[in-house]
Amino acid sequence: MSELHTLSVLVEDKPGVLARVSGLFSRRGFNINSLAVGPTEHPDISRMTIVVEVDELPMEQVTKQLNKLVHVIKIVELEPDASVQRELLLVKVRADATVRSQVLETVQLFRAKVVDVSPEAVTVEATGTADKLGALLRMLEPYGIREMVKSGMVAVGRGPRSITAASVR
Amino acid sequence: MTTAHSRSGAPGPKPGPPPGRPTVPRTDPAPRSHGAVTPDTTVPGPRIVDEPMSGAQSLVRSLEEIGCEVVFGLPGGTILPAYDPLLDSTKVRHILVRHEQGAGHAATGYAQATGKVGVCMATSGPGATNLVTPIADAHMDSVPLVAITGQQTRPLIGTDAFQEADITGITLPVTKHNMLVTDAAEIPRAIAEAFHLASTGRPGPVLVDIPKDVLQEQTTFSWPPELQLPGYRPTTRPHGKQIREAARLIRESRKPVLYVGGGVLKAEASAELKELAELTGAPVVTTLMARGVFPDSHPQHLGMPGMHGTVAAVASMQRSDLLVALGARFDDRVTGKLESFAPDAKVVHADIDPAEISKNRRADVPIVGDCKEVLTELIEAVRADRAQHGEPDLTAWWRQVGGLRDRYPLGWTEPADGALSPEFVIERIGAIAGPDAIYTAGVGQHQMWAAQFVRYEKPRTWLNSGGLGTMGYAVPAAMGAKVGEPDTVVWCIDGDGCFQMTNQELATCAIEGIPIKVAVINNGNLGMVRQWQNLFYGERYSNTDLNTHKLRIPDFPMLAEAMGCVGLRVESKEDVDRVIHQAMEIDDRPVVVEFVVGADAQVWPMVAAGTSNDEIKVARDIRPEFDNDELAASVDEVADVTSRSAGGASIDTEKALSEAENDR
Repeated sequence: MSELHTLSVLVEDKPGVLARVSGLFSRRGFNINSLAVGPTEHPDISRMTIVVEVDELPMEQVTKQLNKLVHVIKIVELEPDASVQRELLLVKVRADATVRSQVLETVQLFRAKVVDVSPEAVTVEATGTADKLGALLRMLEPYGIREMVKSGMVAVGRGPRSITAASVR
Repeated sequence: MTTAHSRSGAPGPKPGPPPGRPTVPRTDPAPRSHGAVTPDTTVPGPRIVDEPMSGAQSLVRSLEEIGCEVVFGLPGGTILPAYDPLLDSTKVRHILVRHEQGAGHAATGYAQATGKVGVCMATSGPGATNLVTPIADAHMDSVPLVAITGQQTRPLIGTDAFQEADITGITLPVTKHNMLVTDAAEIPRAIAEAFHLASTGRPGPVLVDIPKDVLQEQTTFSWPPELQLPGYRPTTRPHGKQIREAARLIRESRKPVLYVGGGVLKAEASAELKELAELTGAPVVTTLMARGVFPDSHPQHLGMPGMHGTVAAVASMQRSDLLVALGARFDDRVTGKLESFAPDAKVVHADIDPAEISKNRRADVPIVGDCKEVLTELIEAVRADRAQHGEPDLTAWWRQVGGLRDRYPLGWTEPADGALSPEFVIERIGAIAGPDAIYTAGVGQHQMWAAQFVRYEKPRTWLNSGGLGTMGYAVPAAMGAKVGEPDTVVWCIDGDGCFQMTNQELATCAIEGIPIKVAVINNGNLGMVRQWQNLFYGERYSNTDLNTHKLRIPDFPMLAEAMGCVGLRVESKEDVDRVIHQAMEIDDRPVVVEFVVGADAQVWPMVAAGTSNDEIKVARDIRPEFDNDELAASVDEVADVTSRSAGGASIDTEKALSEAENDR
């Protein structure tokens, strides 16, 4: 059975580094479920959070092959129990005056918020785990989802330890 | 094709007049090895601070400082600025090839023969894309190669400009690393990092792409640069616990096999390998990439494993209870059907690349490290283990594998139609040129026969394209090897198909004074493909007849003569030795000998692709008996097939040699 694995990958902030990482996944036949890249507290280092669906043994290959990329500095697999994992969702829901209050009630239930409103629709911003956002979407779906966009997952380990601190000289 | 692509490019602004050779007094650079560079120290060499010069001059100076002796290349528009200071360099020899693919394979041959980094250079666009095949080839065979390409000027990148190709994008999957240099000040660092990456850890190709305007830019040159590779820390020291565990498994094993790959050769660890082999008494098999790292004459050598390996090598692995894999990667051509490969064996897997370990076959004892260090520590550990526990008895194992070696030696049948046998020709070249010569081969039947019937005694004497299987590798690789080892005889054993892909480099050899020897084993066909058509496609020979027999197009000796080489042809067995000796005596020009051989010879033994190694055939439809100590019933059937044993052949060789001596 394939499992979801969350990898935090510290990379040098160099042109083409995203292509190197994503190219490696595709040519070795590994599937990326989601990928998010952004800066870290160190100006020269970016952090990718990559969610892959893969068995245990190929997973070992993924990390070993990633480690061979010269611009990859460090790879840490984050276990769901020992990390905070979040996605961001923006969804535009059909919500005219007749249903708006129901929509807003759902939004509140999920501790999401409305970031834009027009006579026919509201745009909802929500963060959370994939499960929570999935549940929210299922609740909003009957009203009519006009447009939605979701970020890749970002994650950070729980506790005081930093994966960047030790790897940056 | 009516037009050839132009390499000249639009003339760019001419760089300022070169300021000439630097007059700054420089300490005499000590001889340095490319492998000595480590990321935390600086590149060895004299310190040079902020000398003003152009990016192009900085590039050439960097090559000089790093110890590059030779560049194989071909200029064009965007790399033109670099060629100007190259003209003045007394330290870097540039060899003008006829096709960039030749430059790439020549750099590879140079690297494989010498252990140094091979360097090739080309212009942007088609020049760079012509390097892709040799780069991919070097990637598969872990060859330290630095490819330097010109690129369109920075403002034109991304605009589909003339001779623009995204070569860093194109070579991303086939390089160890690559880089686009966007600032002339970064050139020395880029070159130093490229050499460091190419030559350390698991070696591989590194491409450095430099836009023309970066080469033209004024900059300053400082040396040595500081390497900035925070993500690159290859592990060379093996883990002590794993070494002890490996020693324990070796002690417990009654059927061990040392499965030796090209990594041992690259680690320059053949002496250590011999020591471990003799200490453990275990049989040794050497893969296609490792031929020569362990002497063929050694009594513990069972030969090459894999698709066309010896029965003894293949069977010993299948029946083994412990494979000690050293710098080998369980390639599909070695394992056959993976699920049935060496089913009873535990695996100790040592490799400098952690990703190779447990990639194809799960390792019971993974050891990450340089093979030289692994072997050195393993020898110590086994010795300590022996002192405490005594030596395991391998007598029964040797009875089994030794029996297989005796019963199923490599051999061939003489063609029934009286045609010249290609195996005989190749065996004679090996016997006459001897174990001091370097042999290169293309890809196909002749390659396998050259791996089987030339006897290798020394590392770096057998160069071939193992992983990528690049037809056309042999001639330029031989050229590069000869440049690197000018005092060594270099024989290129090529097929008529392969030879027609890259023989243009013979012109380079003739003009640059690189007297290689080429044997074109002309069987008139794409022989290996024809063999598969014969075996697996109902003898339907679709597009494998090259007509190099029927029409003699091209006429190989004439082709050779046209390119300034000596061209010879051999069609009968009696002439083989005489003409090989004749070729051996020509040292002022390259020589090409066409051997017109039978079309029907096949490479045996063979494990058909995708089948189990247990299904190995010593000849068509004949399966060896692995486990019977007594002479198997099938042996009589194969007796005629294997009448010429490798061992027997060497005896014949001596006889023939003395006869040849008498003739003269």
